[in-house]
Amino acid sequence: MLYREAGQFKASYQEDSQIFPIRQDRIGIAVVLAFFFVAVPLFASQYWLQAILIPVLIFSLAAMGLNILTGYAGQLSLGSAAFMAVGAFGAYNFILRVDGMPFLLAIVLGGLCAALVGVAFGLPSLRIKGFYLAVATLAAQFFIVWALVKFPWFSNNSSSGVISTQQVEILGFAFSTPESKYLLTLAIVTVLALLAKNLVRSSTGRTWMAVRDMDVAAEVIGIRPMRAKLSAFAVSSFYCGVAGALYAYTYLGTVEPEGFNLDLSFKILFMVIIGGAGSIMGSFLGAAFIVLLPIFLNVTVHSTIGSWLPASVGSNLELIVFGGLIIFFLIVEPHGLARLWQLGKEKLRLWPFPH
Amino acid sequence: MSFFFEVLIGGLLSGVLYALVALGFVLIYKASGVFNFAQGAMVFFAALTFVGFQEVLPGWTGLEAGGRAVFWLAFALSLASMVVLGILTERVVLRPLVNQPHITLFMATIGLTFLVEGIAQAIWGANVRGLDLGIADEPIEWLLESADIIVSKFDVFAAVLAGVLVAALAMFFQYTKVGRALRAVADDHQAALSIGIPLQHIWAIVWAVAGFVALVAGLIWGARSGVQFALTFTALKALPVLILGGFTSVPGAIVGGLIIGASEKLAEVYIGPFVGGGIEGWFPYVLALLFLLVRPEGLFGEKHIDRV
Repeated sequence: MLYREAGQFKASYQEDSQIFPIRQDRIGIAVVLAFFFVAVPLFASQYWLQAILIPVLIFSLAAMGLNILTGYAGQLSLGSAAFMAVGAFGAYNFILRVDGMPFLLAIVLGGLCAALVGVAFGLPSLRIKGFYLAVATLAAQFFIVWALVKFPWFSNNSSSGVISTQQVEILGFAFSTPESKYLLTLAIVTVLALLAKNLVRSSTGRTWMAVRDMDVAAEVIGIRPMRAKLSAFAVSSFYCGVAGALYAYTYLGTVEPEGFNLDLSFKILFMVIIGGAGSIMGSFLGAAFIVLLPIFLNVTVHSTIGSWLPASVGSNLELIVFGGLIIFFLIVEPHGLARLWQLGKEKLRLWPFPH
Repeated sequence: MSFFFEVLIGGLLSGVLYALVALGFVLIYKASGVFNFAQGAMVFFAALTFVGFQEVLPGWTGLEAGGRAVFWLAFALSLASMVVLGILTERVVLRPLVNQPHITLFMATIGLTFLVEGIAQAIWGANVRGLDLGIADEPIEWLLESADIIVSKFDVFAAVLAGVLVAALAMFFQYTKVGRALRAVADDHQAALSIGIPLQHIWAIVWAVAGFVALVAGLIWGARSGVQFALTFTALKALPVLILGGFTSVPGAIVGGLIIGASEKLAEVYIGPFVGGGIEGWFPYVLALLFLLVRPEGLFGEKHIDRV
């Protein structure tokens, strides 16, 4: 009744191809954005902003990057954390070594570094497919982390590669409170998410999906697999790189290469799978789920049964529940949370008269 | 020169250990098309279960601690747990996911990795434990005297064991009824189903056999470097072995393991000093990657032909 496109006529091509064709969607997005831009910084506590909302946003961005590669272009990658590391260390070095480097430009340049590295490690995808490729991307994961530790130039000669990020400053305004950092992160993520949403609807996005569905067929109808795959690697790594830079600058402040390990890559992969592969919306849902789940488990376990559980079980419960939930999700809804969201919308269109 | 041979032999022998882990991957991939990321966790689980049983059995049964009886009883019990784990995996994880894309199954095994690691540590605790198989980790004397090469007895034992295991598996695949069924399933699921091979039984058997391989690998790795969480990372070393040898080939796993083991040690010794050392972590992957650029299906993998 409320969510129905009846009566909304499209009179021009422009209206037909707009990003949110249904009016209710546009209103909904506006409300959500207003909520997160205005209401949240006003009312949320510092803990929520710094420890939950900022990481959720940053991981959404990283998951979006991997989603572009895996969900849209069909190239499985296990090295996303390494590309985050490239972005973080890239941005750090640009700010460190170039006088008066604007923060936003440094972040973009960090992302571009990650994109370059991503293309280099994406080259094998032209020859290798499927699991062989997934294992090959592990080379990126291990090599990049090793290189960042081994060559002290990257971390300005600090011991074991730990870097402390500089103060974030844009046009003289210092982003030091959690509120301001949150707003900065949110703004960057919003812009990039809209960009990604448009990108996957464009001809680039369609070539990615064609390659994903069957690369030989795509090649036959005139799509260049090399261009499609490498552009997917580039864009995906760019997103991961920007996410990594934000991870260093607005979330942690101090990062080390070892922090961008395989576990983080897997975490991002889980976000994509649980959120829904091939969905920008799903990246946000998945990131929120994966970030919130351990916190939720911790709180509930400690407040309820934590006292009488043996210590060895308590500390491993998170692993067990985490692994169990992933299997459960894959069995119940292999297309992820985004699919549930879509089903909900379909139901809502017919509600309250489904027949 | 003797130093070179020492490094080479050491590398080859450690390659055998990688091959042992890779073998478990290959078995499951061949029979069910599942890329079982949880193999490393299964190795960890098996080793931890074995050590755990070794610790508690003397208390339960009154047998002499560290004795032969306890060893074999613990071995039998851990083997039983691995079989149960394999069957449960088939029943709970794989069966509901039949006909899903490969990537979904792959994710499920990553979930399984967490689950198995968590359960193993919840039951047996997360302490690092030693594991003694009764074979000393010391150089073979006559080799040391005659050729001045240090080769550990333990490594040789592991290599022989791996050889026996591979031979036994090959016989099992080649000459038994179940083995024939396994090969049929590996060739073509639907054709196997149509001639009345029970697919799900076969899968359960394969997972159980992979559990057995994991147990052997876990015992050897555990005796080598202690039973600890880091065992799960050995599985990561098995991955370049796999892509080098081809996912579907048992001999490929062995040859791949030898190549990776030898080249990684040689690279560490001869190239490492020029770039700051520690290249063992990524060298196998880069080697495998370069190799794949030439032969995308690995050394012994099946060439696949794409059809539209």
